[in-house]
Amino acid sequence: MPFKRLKLHLKGAVQGVGFRPFVYRIAKELGLKGFVINDSKGVYIEVEGEEERLKKFLFKLNREKPPLARIYSQEIQFLEPVNYEDFVIRKSEEKGEKEVLVLPDIATCEDCLRELFTPEDRRYMYPFINCTNCGPRFTIIERLPYDRKNTTMKVFEMCPECKREYENPLDRRFHAQPNACPKCGPWVSLYKDGKLIAEKNEALELLIEEIKIGKIVAVKGVGGFHLICNATNEESVRTLRKRKRRSEKPFAVMFKSLEQVEAYANPTELEKALLISPERPIVLIQKKKELAPSVSPGLKRVGAFLPYSPLHHLILNSLDFPVVATSANISEEPIIKDNKEALEKLGELADLILVHNRDIKRRCDDSVVKVVSGVPTPIRRSRGYAPLPVEVPFELPKRVLAVGGMLKNTFALGFKNQVILSQHIGDIENLNTLKVFEESVFDLMELYEFEPDVVVCDMHPRYETTRWAEEFSRKRGIPLIKVQHHYAHMLSCMAENGIKEKVLGIAWDGTGYGEDGTLWGGEFLVADYTSYERAFNFKPVKLIGGEKAVKEPRRVALSLLFDIFGEEALNLDLLPVKSFSERELKNLYLAWKKGINSPLSSSVGRLFDALASLLNLKQILSYEGQGAMMVEDLYDPLVKDNYPYEIRGKEVDLRKAFLEVLKEKDKSLAASRFINTLAKVCEDIALMVGIERVCLSGGVMQNDPLVTKIKELLEKEKFKVYTHQKVPPNDGGIALGQAVFGLSLV
Amino acid sequence: MKKILLSHGGGGEETQKLIKNLFLKYFSNEILNKLEDASLLNLSGKVAFTTDAFTVSPIFFRGGDIGKLAVAGTVNDLSVMGARPKYLSVSFVIEEGLSFEELEEVVKSMAQEASKTGVQIVAGDTKVVPKGQADKLFISASGIGEVVYEGLSAHNLREGNVIIVSGSVGDHGACILAQREGMEFEVPVESDCKSLWNMIEKVLSSGAEVHAIRDATRGGLAGVLNEWAEQSKVTIEVEEEKIPVKEAVRGLCELLGFEPTHLANEGMAVFAVASQDAQKVLEILRSTPEGKEAQIIGKVVKKGEPKVILSTPYGVKRVMEPPAGELLPRIC
Ligand SMILES: [Fe+3]
Ligand SMILES: [Mg+2]
Ligand SMILES: [Zn+2]
Ligand SMILES: [Zn+2]
Repeated sequence: MPFKRLKLHLKGAVQGVGFRPFVYRIAKELGLKGFVINDSKGVYIEVEGEEERLKKFLFKLNREKPPLARIYSQEIQFLEPVNYEDFVIRKSEEKGEKEVLVLPDIATCEDCLRELFTPEDRRYMYPFINCTNCGPRFTIIERLPYDRKNTTMKVFEMCPECKREYENPLDRRFHAQPNACPKCGPWVSLYKDGKLIAEKNEALELLIEEIKIGKIVAVKGVGGFHLICNATNEESVRTLRKRKRRSEKPFAVMFKSLEQVEAYANPTELEKALLISPERPIVLIQKKKELAPSVSPGLKRVGAFLPYSPLHHLILNSLDFPVVATSANISEEPIIKDNKEALEKLGELADLILVHNRDIKRRCDDSVVKVVSGVPTPIRRSRGYAPLPVEVPFELPKRVLAVGGMLKNTFALGFKNQVILSQHIGDIENLNTLKVFEESVFDLMELYEFEPDVVVCDMHPRYETTRWAEEFSRKRGIPLIKVQHHYAHMLSCMAENGIKEKVLGIAWDGTGYGEDGTLWGGEFLVADYTSYERAFNFKPVKLIGGEKAVKEPRRVALSLLFDIFGEEALNLDLLPVKSFSERELKNLYLAWKKGINSPLSSSVGRLFDALASLLNLKQILSYEGQGAMMVEDLYDPLVKDNYPYEIRGKEVDLRKAFLEVLKEKDKSLAASRFINTLAKVCEDIALMVGIERVCLSGGVMQNDPLVTKIKELLEKEKFKVYTHQKVPPNDGGIALGQAVFGLSLV
Repeated sequence: MKKILLSHGGGGEETQKLIKNLFLKYFSNEILNKLEDASLLNLSGKVAFTTDAFTVSPIFFRGGDIGKLAVAGTVNDLSVMGARPKYLSVSFVIEEGLSFEELEEVVKSMAQEASKTGVQIVAGDTKVVPKGQADKLFISASGIGEVVYEGLSAHNLREGNVIIVSGSVGDHGACILAQREGMEFEVPVESDCKSLWNMIEKVLSSGAEVHAIRDATRGGLAGVLNEWAEQSKVTIEVEEEKIPVKEAVRGLCELLGFEPTHLANEGMAVFAVASQDAQKVLEILRSTPEGKEAQIIGKVVKKGEPKVILSTPYGVKRVMEPPAGELLPRIC
């Protein structure tokens, strides 16, 4: 038997997932000698022994690797042996180019949960229990490599018992960096009116009692504070809405178990799988029984999720009702993560504040997933997913910083063949969110020791991120590239699907800045990575009052009616018309006619708004996307027909469809036929363009019946339809698209 | 009805008649009456000099007309530089066919407005252009004033300076927009067009330490504050709820999606005042007929980072954008 040395370099999510003890175990089993070490690029292994055994080692390595390990590449080399004496785990190195992946935060594993609720266990009821397979990662890492001293756990010295676990390669807490126990680890403290009233178990007990009697509490979680209250207590939920100044936007609900979810909602098998996945996102599921009516007013779905940290498990386990768990902030502001800030700012929102002394290094909001046309589609990609890279089908020629859009912002660092999409930053509408954006950009760049060669942003001159990128480019002396909004949507869809060929991109959303200075949002683009052509678009509608029209569907409806009937529209007995006074109507007509602050927009999102207004679902929105969500909820899959429409030149004109809508008595019929009409338009245009691959992107493509219908019609015609599964179709994904446009910069 | 003809601007007899029967009738003063090629003025010390062209449609609007606007605008430009307005020169470009009555109305209004600050119109010119080559009436005005308070400058804002507005924002812009487009509102919007010298003089002679004054014309309050921030390299923070906006203006802005702070004023000035004198200046302003609605709206919060921050009652802070073309929606 030839004796060989196998050199292996594994890259991917291989640190902090129990990989080294696993390697240690299988090497020992096979009687191989050598070492394993974490380096800045991943895991480096050298083993020597009989060649057959080395191959067996390789097979076992791939087959039996720890559940959370994700190997992206392995460099293999067979060499001459150097006669190692034993197999050892070496101390990690700290030099070299950082390429290692930072892992996301992982929900509490089954083993830890069992211990958590076992009275004899030394971590019984301990809110910070974790192991190599679970616990916080991204939110506690200060720098790489991932070692305790580089996390916010560094201030806690492990007791002898914890240290023994941490150092024992065969223990499931071997090198679990946040390892802790009640003796040596962090603890919780409860505050009321700014004063400390209890600690540890007593704090938890008090907190739970207060939740039971309907109080609103703030709880420090993994990536920030939550506001929590009884989701079945209408008065509590309504008080929370008042305090948070959030009128109708749905709240997420945390359930203690899958069984409890099923008591209130009808999750499909796939939705159940998502609920229990280690990422533990909020999943949008059909309601069955009402929680408090104010939880998600007017909607047929509820955002449900399961506990993902031991603290959540402890709280939920003591309650026999689900709780609203919403990010602790005043609307528009970033989620609060630090104790000091929480005690200063949350006093007015929460009756009690539960903090703990494990610092959160970086914010990370809960993720949101929705099943769209049968596949899980991220609506918000954050905790549990960030900062895992998205692999792209090319090598990026440069290191790219892509700053994303303005709403639902994420940004991205692109290098080699991967793009690291940041956690959800949010709507950058004010200076605090802008500051958080900037801090987060510098934070991730520092973490990955990343120096961009080029910065990419949107074309919208009023996006704060555009302005920021302009200044960053000037200060750093690196080039700035602006990518058209809908093209970026398209590129993100192409990249995450690994498409290299030319596509027809259907990019529909609210509004984005178009190359001609008007607002786009109903685009059919023929695109590859270097350029695009605007092949078709919806006939633009004037948004009377600009941004006002984005918030008031009745203005879009009115504008459409002016388009159809001219001044006659003022006399129509229709709801959007009736919602204005006679004088207002005259003025709005003049504004429309003369184009006073009435920019043109081809947006499909706005057409959904117009429909929501005409069906009197909503005349003024309480939150973005509300109109479209209400229309979606009315869809009836049994309705198969659609409304008439015209495609003239490069423009799709839906005025005929809207004329039919005016005659329709049944709202559900109108919504269904309207959605079918949009799908039919896609089919017509796909056939005219004749490109095999069709990508669907943009916020409108979160609409399940719409995407389902488009796919059905196009696939029948043998088109290959691609949607989003890795990054959101909404603006939360455009940083990825911006980053891969860099491909053309060679 | 008598109309202005091309011959009125030809320089001949008709022109002479127009000057005598109209301009001299209303503007009459010793210097102008001499009708020399140039007027000889007595001035002492530092002099402020400004010029502006006025085109407004419609030329008569609620709260004023193009003549009042020309005088007040020129007077205000001098005033905010700390100069007592002394002399004005005015030129008229008249579209053929303008009614004599309308022109007379404008001229009368100019004389009236000038008398309020005691400024004299000492030079002028008239041209008539064929129909269609002008919109009724354009007025170009220049003014000279004696500087009584030195150092007022957009470059002169200091950390701690308090920002005061002498009245509500956006009145003129909102009024012109509504009237030009034929829009009617529940409560009619009125222009704030007026001369501010009397008010400003009271502040300047009070001994208060004033760093800068600007009349918030084109670009509105947001324009002034952004220019100040840029030129003085300071961050200005303004409390949104403190900015006075008339109900009628707010209503128009709500309906049409405009920002009141982007709309022009023609009779409102913004002051940057040393903090210890802020209350005093506010009281002086409020004691004048022009500044009854004066309000402290914010302050210079720090040196560096030129920008204007708008804070809401809930503590949310946004950038107060400078007015630049169309405010395209950003929501996706
Ligand atoms: Fe978008
Ligand atoms: Mg001027
Ligand atoms: Zn675990
Ligand atoms: Zn311990």
